[in-house]
Amino acid sequence: MIRLTRDPIDHTALVDNVRQPGCGAVVSFLGTVRDLTGNEVTVALEYEAYPPMAERKMADIVDDVRTRFPVGKVALVHRLGRLEVGEISVAVAVSAPHRGDAFAACRHAIDRLKEVVPIWKKDLGEGRAEWVHPGGPPVSIPSDEP
Amino acid sequence: MTVTVRLFARVRETAGTEVVRLDLSGGSVAEVREKLGARYPPLVSLIARSALAVNGEYAPDDRAVSETDEVALIPPVSGG
Repeated sequence: MIRLTRDPIDHTALVDNVRQPGCGAVVSFLGTVRDLTGNEVTVALEYEAYPPMAERKMADIVDDVRTRFPVGKVALVHRLGRLEVGEISVAVAVSAPHRGDAFAACRHAIDRLKEVVPIWKKDLGEGRAEWVHPGGPPVSIPSDEP
Repeated sequence: MTVTVRLFARVRETAGTEVVRLDLSGGSVAEVREKLGARYPPLVSLIARSALAVNGEYAPDDRAVSETDEVALIPPVSGG
């Protein structure tokens, strides 16, 4: 299940959504808005996406997870708009027959989401507001390999 | 040939627009990047390390673009 939403993420429902009889393990990851990065205070984050491409890349991640790990269901939800400190910005839930695969698949999904899905955050602090565009070499195409 | 490019995040905000129309001579992803940099000099370094997407997929610099393609500049992403 893939979703972009402006509403609060119901992570309990998301976890229930991936439970199934053949799976003895469910692992979930929640990304939440942190109040401090180094010495910079964050009051809120504003998230923006390129929706059709973001959803397509999220679907690609689910397909990729399925080729790498024996999993049951995979759910990926990202919230958009303004989020206050402590709110959930992203949720991943994965079920698998065994816990090792569930942990690994969940980790892989959130790592890939942060690398390739066209979503951006604006860090709103005390008297400042800046878009977060992680630095690095001038690479134009995020790789499809880890 | 004219292509429409969608802009996001800092690029959108600094440019003051969500879409920009560019006149291209050849019509490649590389030319889109070059023309965008020329249009918005303060954004040259960010544009240089941004990806381009054509019809919702990341595209290499030598990918050809046509007027009917949806082109988007994807600055380094920060979801999560």
